[in-house]
Amino acid sequence: MTTVQERSPMPQEREPNPAHSDPDRPIGYGRIQRKEDPRFIRGKGRYIDDIVLPGMLHGAILRSPMAHARLVSIDTTEALAHPKVHAVITGKDLEGLNLAWAPTLSADVQAVLATDKVRFQGQEVAFVVAEDRYSARDALELIDVEYEELPVVIDARRALDPGTAVIRDDKDGQTDNHIFDWEAGDKAETDAVFARADVVVSEEVIYPRVHPAPMETCGAVADYDPIDGKLTLYETTQAPHAHRTLYAMVAGIPEHKIRVIAGDIGGGFGNKVGIYPGYICAVVGSIVTGKPVKWVEDRSENLMSTSFARDYLMKGEVAATTDGKILAVRTHVLADHGAFNATAQPTKYPAGFFSIFTGSYDLEAAYCSVTGVYTNKAPGGVAYACSFRVTEAVYLVERMIDVLARKLEMDPAELRLKNFIKPEQFPYKNKTGWEYDSGDYEPAMRMCMEQIGYDDLRREQAEKRARGELMGIGVSFFTETVGAGPRKHMDIVGLGMNDGAEVRVHPTGKAVVRISVQTQGQGHETTFAQIVGEELGIPTDDIEVVHGDTDQTPFGLGTYGSRSTPVSGAAVALAARKVREKAKAIAAAMLETRPEDLEWEKGRFFVKGDPSAAKTIAEIALGAHGTVALPEGIDGNLDAEVTYDPPNLTFPFGAYICVVDVDPGTGKVKVRRFVAVDDCGTRINPMIVEGQIHGGLADGVGMALMEFIGFDEQGNCLGGSFMDYLIPTAMEVPDWETGYTVTPSPHHPIGAKGIGESATVGSPPAVVNAVVDALAPFGITHMDMPCTPARVWEAMQGRPTPPV
Amino acid sequence: MQVPAPFEYARATSVRDVLELLERHGPESHVIAGGHSLLPMMKLRLARPEWLIDINDVVELRHIAEDGDVLRVGALARHADLLASEVVGRLFPLVHDAEKVIADPVVRNRGTIGGSLGQADPAEDLTTVCDVLRAQVVIAGPSGERVVDMADFHRGPYETACEQNELITEVRFPIRARSGSAYEKVERRVGDWAVGAAGAALQMADDGTIADAAIGLTALGLEGLATDAAAVLVGQRPSEGLVAEAGRLAAEASSPVEDQRGPVDYKRHLADELTRRVLRRALDRAGATAVQGG
Ligand SMILES: Cc1cc2nc3c(=O)[nH]c(=O)nc-3n(C[C@H](O)[C@H](O)[C@H](O)COP(=O)(O)OP(=O)(O)OC[C@H]3O[C@@H](n4cnc5c(N)ncnc54)[C@H](O)[C@@H]3O)c2cc1C
Repeated sequence: MTTVQERSPMPQEREPNPAHSDPDRPIGYGRIQRKEDPRFIRGKGRYIDDIVLPGMLHGAILRSPMAHARLVSIDTTEALAHPKVHAVITGKDLEGLNLAWAPTLSADVQAVLATDKVRFQGQEVAFVVAEDRYSARDALELIDVEYEELPVVIDARRALDPGTAVIRDDKDGQTDNHIFDWEAGDKAETDAVFARADVVVSEEVIYPRVHPAPMETCGAVADYDPIDGKLTLYETTQAPHAHRTLYAMVAGIPEHKIRVIAGDIGGGFGNKVGIYPGYICAVVGSIVTGKPVKWVEDRSENLMSTSFARDYLMKGEVAATTDGKILAVRTHVLADHGAFNATAQPTKYPAGFFSIFTGSYDLEAAYCSVTGVYTNKAPGGVAYACSFRVTEAVYLVERMIDVLARKLEMDPAELRLKNFIKPEQFPYKNKTGWEYDSGDYEPAMRMCMEQIGYDDLRREQAEKRARGELMGIGVSFFTETVGAGPRKHMDIVGLGMNDGAEVRVHPTGKAVVRISVQTQGQGHETTFAQIVGEELGIPTDDIEVVHGDTDQTPFGLGTYGSRSTPVSGAAVALAARKVREKAKAIAAAMLETRPEDLEWEKGRFFVKGDPSAAKTIAEIALGAHGTVALPEGIDGNLDAEVTYDPPNLTFPFGAYICVVDVDPGTGKVKVRRFVAVDDCGTRINPMIVEGQIHGGLADGVGMALMEFIGFDEQGNCLGGSFMDYLIPTAMEVPDWETGYTVTPSPHHPIGAKGIGESATVGSPPAVVNAVVDALAPFGITHMDMPCTPARVWEAMQGRPTPPV
Repeated sequence: MQVPAPFEYARATSVRDVLELLERHGPESHVIAGGHSLLPMMKLRLARPEWLIDINDVVELRHIAEDGDVLRVGALARHADLLASEVVGRLFPLVHDAEKVIADPVVRNRGTIGGSLGQADPAEDLTTVCDVLRAQVVIAGPSGERVVDMADFHRGPYETACEQNELITEVRFPIRARSGSAYEKVERRVGDWAVGAAGAALQMADDGTIADAAIGLTALGLEGLATDAAAVLVGQRPSEGLVAEAGRLAAEASSPVEDQRGPVDYKRHLADELTRRVLRRALDRAGATAVQGG
């Protein structure tokens, strides 16, 4: 099927850079190509599997075929007899080192290698170290494990039933599968508003288990030097510094003797935040054999055992007046955390930032409660570009607004416009304790409606409906919550969520920026150079960005939750400003004037009223390192360091509209158009911003239409390969149409808000709303993702089925 | 990285060579063509051949040639070759319908018709295509060559008449005048195997009635042709009612199983819906007077 795409032309031109006349040497913000791309495009990236060290051995993990079973015995004799096998490590061996269990990022423990039981299919049972990866895999088949099957807990809704098998009997005092209860908002106040509301709608809304499925799976190369006791660990990690600290705490290797190196990372999306058993096994393997050990998981291992995302079963409720004033939202969530509570999120937020489910609306009350449970599934839960569960929150509220619109027979876009928080209400305190820093929602919504031709589409839809054709228009408006975070509220395992940056200008005026966050494809090497360039007037090409090596970069918590630009971007900008202040003092000395008499123009200081008396940043750098007589208190360099503690989070937002056509005979959904208007505050590199949005939109279409990790009754994972776990291709997504507004963050040094996850957060409800809208003639008000042909057809028969 | 269990490898350059190697290395030796079914299974260690006999250099098996009233297609013809072939598209448009939705270009560049039929995956598309075109399969073995009808060749999921020590060398498609054919598949995503698919081939008589019809289903639990559905068409003038009746009978003949792609009732519905769609299109292509509601 081909459809005509009406598109407004995308701006392709490089946005003018007033600071510099040479267009090939851009300075500062603007649409420029990414510095890292030449190596990626030429296949010269250095990913974990590209690392080869002399004498390196290869590890492989034996995994449990069962979802819940007692380990009766493990016999490794035959595997050890394999001529190329150097070591076989089991949970018993790790127990001796006190490493059989490791702390998770959520105050739980997780088995590194199983000792007592296996608790999900794919759980790590033994680790083989061999001369090559083939022999390592062959030897796995020679390990004989005897299991005694136990009843499995797969349906989270049954997890707390009396008499259900207790998964975590390893934990003292744990007598059921309950993990936590958590709430936000005022229950009594919310119940009262609901009680007096004209209209209440409610719906069971499931955000099924999905998986980030980065192109590069997880892996590590551990190189322990027994002579100087130093561990060099190459890892696929989004958070090298946090990992190093945790290894020091867990493994007892002193922190200064651990170097974590994260080279090029082939996608993270939250999948590479946690510490996986494979990493620890590689380290132990290297210590045991005295040689470097590489472990890289395969695709099935990645999908079956590493951090999944979502798995939220939500009951959504909205209270409103008959004329469409939304009064309150209320929800209870059952959160399936799998066999170990290993979600990666700030300590005080066991449900992440889910309480932002109040969305973009001015409400009188809101209340949510979340219950976390264990099931016999892989652990994880905060991943896949979710901004700490904002994805779930936005999906719930945006789905529910559409349910309300249907009930009130109002246009869903109009209903949203009517209820937005008004620009003059910012900073806006919502009913669950967040302070939205800034926002101007209506222009973004109007721009999106105009760009897609909303009214014309509604007319077209009416005509098509009359002919029995199924066309749907889905609206979604989201407010994101990113840039965690203020250390007084936010830490991960006790580490404050702050990030450091160091800027050093070399004598010839070139610069190096060292950052604690870790790119996985977001373009840090370009964006951070542009931030420094903007502040110091140094061409982007002349600024090297160093990241991903704990020996070379300042401490910080890493990249996830769209926090790089909000936190590290601020650190870099402030460090650059410190450099500029210092440069001013040095320039004054060089020009024999007072700093107060100097004025800054991108790239140079000049004497007020005499622009010809000037020193460029390069001249100042040479002066700083040269023989200039430095003023009192200024030392001989042009360097600065900052650790940034954000005063608040940032709140990017956006308006998305999606158009779908549904084949009435087969239930097949075709996404015809998608317009995304995003506001991430200051746009440092619009091309990178759009790239992030394009990727996130594709994620959203994937989740809405096909992605799903299912389980059968025995607990077998049904999404363990790319034949079963479907991710969208270019054929399933339309040409993205984007637009933007700019509402800078008032508290961020450069007004930037973070864009990494906006589209993943905002797009699934737009697609699902469009599908449900298309199915309106069948009288259904909701269907759960994934909207596969069969599931859509079932909905058309009036019986939409939950995916779990 | 998923890695297969150890195996040995030999490259053959002629049909005779292949047969000799299969004989020499015994029952655990297998032919590999495009490798797009065999290798994934080997990597998951679901298949563990001791020997792989690579037939990609057997150039005599790559032809696509019109020869009187048959089209001969060598077993090594790639999906991409079939899709690019003008003669295939002209004579048997359903082959192009199917090839456009088999896997993706990367797989189509390597996967072969011989491998597809040899694999006999229940969701594999070319078996249905060959069924409805009443193709014949040429099998070479130690004692010479034999030609078997699709009905005898395809014995069920993953089972064919081609023995381990034999080689599929050619597929022959009878060329028939005033014929039309079509194939349609529902997949969850490009490159996915069929949730369900249907294929139809028809021949029209001079008086505007349907002279012959064949209907097949993919991934819907029907081995061979939907004979009842086809039978109602023969001798009749095309009409929407007739097409609907054939669809109903095809659905009746199907016996799908529930899986992640969908429940039984949906798949049975697809058998009906897709049969009607391919019949309308096949009729149209055969030059039948337009059917209402196409
Ligand atoms: C991602 C993906 C998606 C796919 N999607 C589809 C799809 O939607 N529809 C579809 O129909 N197929 C699909 N396929 C399968 C693809 O079409 C395969 O290429 C094809 O089924 C097998 O052809 P091959 O040449 O690769 O066979 P191979 O993998 O080389 O061999 C398959 C089997 O056939 C045997 N064999 C091969 N050639 C001969 C011969 N000449 N004589 C006797 N035995 C032989 C082999 O011994 C082996 O047992 C998909 C494959 C992949 C990887």
